[in-house]
Amino acid sequence: MKTNRLGHWLAIFFGTLYFLLPLVATFEFSLRKLRGVYSFEAYRVVLADPQFQSSFVYSVVLAVITIVFGMAIIVPMAYFVELRLRKLRPFVEFVTLLPLVVPAIVIVFGYLRLYNSSSLLPLTNTSTGTSFLLTCGYVTLALPYMYRSVETGLRAIDVRTLTEAAESLGASAGTIIWRIILPNIRSAMLSGAFLTFAIVIGEFTFASLLNRPAFGPYLQLIGANRAYEPAALAVMAFMITWACMGLIQVISRNTVAARP
Amino acid sequence: MSFIEISHLRKSFGANTVVHDFDLSIDKGEFVSFLGPSGCGKTTILRMIAGFETASAGAIQIGGTEVTHLPPSRRKVGMVFQAYALFPNLTVAGNIGFGLKIAGKDKGEIDARVAEMLELIKLPDLGSRYPYQLSGGQQQRVALARALAVKPEVLLLDEPLSALDAKIRVSLREEIRALQRDLGITTVFVTHDQEEALSISDRIVVMNEGRADQIGTPSDIYNNPATRFVASFVGTLNLLEARVVDPAAGRLSIDGQPVMTTRDLSAFGIADETTVALRPEALTLGDGNGDRNTLSGTVEEVAFLGAVIRVRVRLSEARLSLDLFNDPALQLPRIGAPAAISFKREDLLVMDRR
Amino acid sequence: MAVSASPARPPRLRVPWAVVGVAPFMAFAVLFLILPTLFLVVGAFQDKAGSFTLANLGSLWTPTILASYWISIKISVASAVLGAAIGAFIAYAAVSGGLPHWIRPTVMTFSGVASQFAGVPLAFAFLATLGRQGLVTLFLTWIFGVNIYAHGFNLLSFWGLTITYLYFQIPLMVLIVTPAIEGLRKEWREAATILGASTWQYWRHIAGPVLMPSFLGATLLLFANAFGAIATAYALTGSSLNIVTILLYAQIRGDVLHDQNLGYAIAFGMIVITGLSNLCYILLRVRSERWLK
Repeated sequence: MKTNRLGHWLAIFFGTLYFLLPLVATFEFSLRKLRGVYSFEAYRVVLADPQFQSSFVYSVVLAVITIVFGMAIIVPMAYFVELRLRKLRPFVEFVTLLPLVVPAIVIVFGYLRLYNSSSLLPLTNTSTGTSFLLTCGYVTLALPYMYRSVETGLRAIDVRTLTEAAESLGASAGTIIWRIILPNIRSAMLSGAFLTFAIVIGEFTFASLLNRPAFGPYLQLIGANRAYEPAALAVMAFMITWACMGLIQVISRNTVAARP
Repeated sequence: MSFIEISHLRKSFGANTVVHDFDLSIDKGEFVSFLGPSGCGKTTILRMIAGFETASAGAIQIGGTEVTHLPPSRRKVGMVFQAYALFPNLTVAGNIGFGLKIAGKDKGEIDARVAEMLELIKLPDLGSRYPYQLSGGQQQRVALARALAVKPEVLLLDEPLSALDAKIRVSLREEIRALQRDLGITTVFVTHDQEEALSISDRIVVMNEGRADQIGTPSDIYNNPATRFVASFVGTLNLLEARVVDPAAGRLSIDGQPVMTTRDLSAFGIADETTVALRPEALTLGDGNGDRNTLSGTVEEVAFLGAVIRVRVRLSEARLSLDLFNDPALQLPRIGAPAAISFKREDLLVMDRR
Repeated sequence: MAVSASPARPPRLRVPWAVVGVAPFMAFAVLFLILPTLFLVVGAFQDKAGSFTLANLGSLWTPTILASYWISIKISVASAVLGAAIGAFIAYAAVSGGLPHWIRPTVMTFSGVASQFAGVPLAFAFLATLGRQGLVTLFLTWIFGVNIYAHGFNLLSFWGLTITYLYFQIPLMVLIVTPAIEGLRKEWREAATILGASTWQYWRHIAGPVLMPSFLGATLLLFANAFGAIATAYALTGSSLNIVTILLYAQIRGDVLHDQNLGYAIAFGMIVITGLSNLCYILLRVRSERWLK
């Protein structure tokens, strides 16, 4: 029994070591920009870089659009599949798992061939079109996570009874989704949203191959050309991821607490 | 000579003592139930007998061997758990034969024993099924067979029926009892259901807050409860305040009405307050003859419960319920009508001051 | 697969709201997920003129391309197997009791963060840790006088990339396998113990087989996860490490193979490999759910 527990402690200890060391090392590295003294110079340089600002803003805006767009197509679909079109469920399950099977680079390759300038739908001709394509790519990427969280939320409430109760009071389908369903699955949607944000904000493959000025390619560019700034960026990226996951925890804990 | 001997057993988790100085002897072939509410320590004692918990103090002997510090596998006990503790990845036959396989028996011997056990639990054709394909009752029978296949000397049953539906619960408990009699195996059964304990046990240990309040046969426990806790936990009961009038003659008064008891009142003085108890089924409507006690009051409520009709009568302050067997010819008392209740002197239980 | 939702029209409503609600998603899925994938799959079997050929798949059998597949598979297998084994052990240590109660939620939260901390920033973090000027590299040189780079270690290598990938593989495993480990019932162990089984026998006959489907399934998921990854490797190594995603990336960027349809074939090969591993995953899931209701 005692030795057993020792093994557990060792597992946790080495796990912690492996996972904290790179964080400590990265932070330490990010402070080394000025010779012989620790400073936040690397952070100052990065934050003052107009390209950092523009690419970061671009990615944040794109992440928000991705979340809104993704939820706009996923929530009604998940609601009606749960309510009336259960036959479609296997197909939906298949589609939402597909992005885990088909690597992102393959999907973007398909986009480039399908929507290039000489195709029927030449989305890549304009920068707005390409940004739209990038948004679609991100929705695809986030699809498994968004769908899973929305579906979990819908299963936790009794969709059918809620809908019938609302219909008996004369509510239309739009009203039911907007006024009844959405408020009830809000926390599930927020969890999906923050996860999506964490995935999209530093995404590299799509943005790079579609040539968009997003944060991911910017990170890569800095990585190829600077020494200490990448570490500072990695620390910031980690903090963003941590914030998103922390918010998910807070949301889910509050939801549990709110239920009797 | 008893087969299981538990002496001065104590179990504490930190500052919290859940079993206090517990003693019990169990004879070979005896069926003993531990009855009590959750948290009374009954499961803890069972788990100490099994070896899953170590005693903080005291000793346990099985068949003359001190087992207090032996690992579970060396105590020759079999155990059935609350519900669905079958190994999900093994078939019914695999589950039943598991202990034999671990013991290194050869395949022919295992197969023969498994077939024998399947006959015994009356599921001869289900050997190749997986647990998820069985009903709850079937699963518990397989669990019983698994525990018995290795021929243990003691069978431990930890609320094995509590997860099953009412009907299965009754039929399975009868099967367990029949099987136990046939095999003559010493059995300890833990339950919070008094009917279950009363119906299958040779002896019952009523547990309360880590102590045995009473140890006795089912009829003993039911008819002569030693403490107020035992009386109220086992069966339904009318508890009434009474005043001792003459301890030597067994005379008391309830709400000012005189009654007699055959119980010992020597611990009380004149005019002492005490609590008396009456089982609803011991009461009858109408005046009794000279040997019986009679109380008079007013009918307050009549509830039809099927086989039984429960009538609530109010004296001046106290209320008591009595049970009448349902009889279509019976004239039901009217609410508000005066009523007399009578009962035998020995049915008036006097509770101690605990 | 056509989107044929119309027969399910509910008679009560005049507007087929269900169809209206589902249609945008279906259109999206077809346009931005299914068609692009199909386009590549079909393209993999076409020559430049558009007629059927197996030549593209045949030309995958060149040393460079085979080598890139091979190193991708090696890294994915190594990071998946190690990640699964270590992750399962950490998950077991965290949930099986014996440790303080705050350990479990802490491990789970941290795993949630670390499993998403991938891509370019992860490469930076490991460069700062195990790069030539990294903290651990310098520390080892300073304390033990061992320069790991002088001993053949290189972050831009098979082992370097595997160690880096483990940073998100292990936490991902912890997240996936924890529910399965928590599904192990205390009574199974007690029943096995009282029937005479040792700890090893309990794991060998009961816990191991019960966990195996989820464990293998999770391992396959980790494999696909590593196989499709590119950002970390690209940021770490540029295009110096010849893994298949980087090869495909270069092909898309500059058509380095001078043959578009060969690019399709590479993509098709990747789909086949991840698809196979996911197929196994689904089969194993079905099996494990059969046991555990």
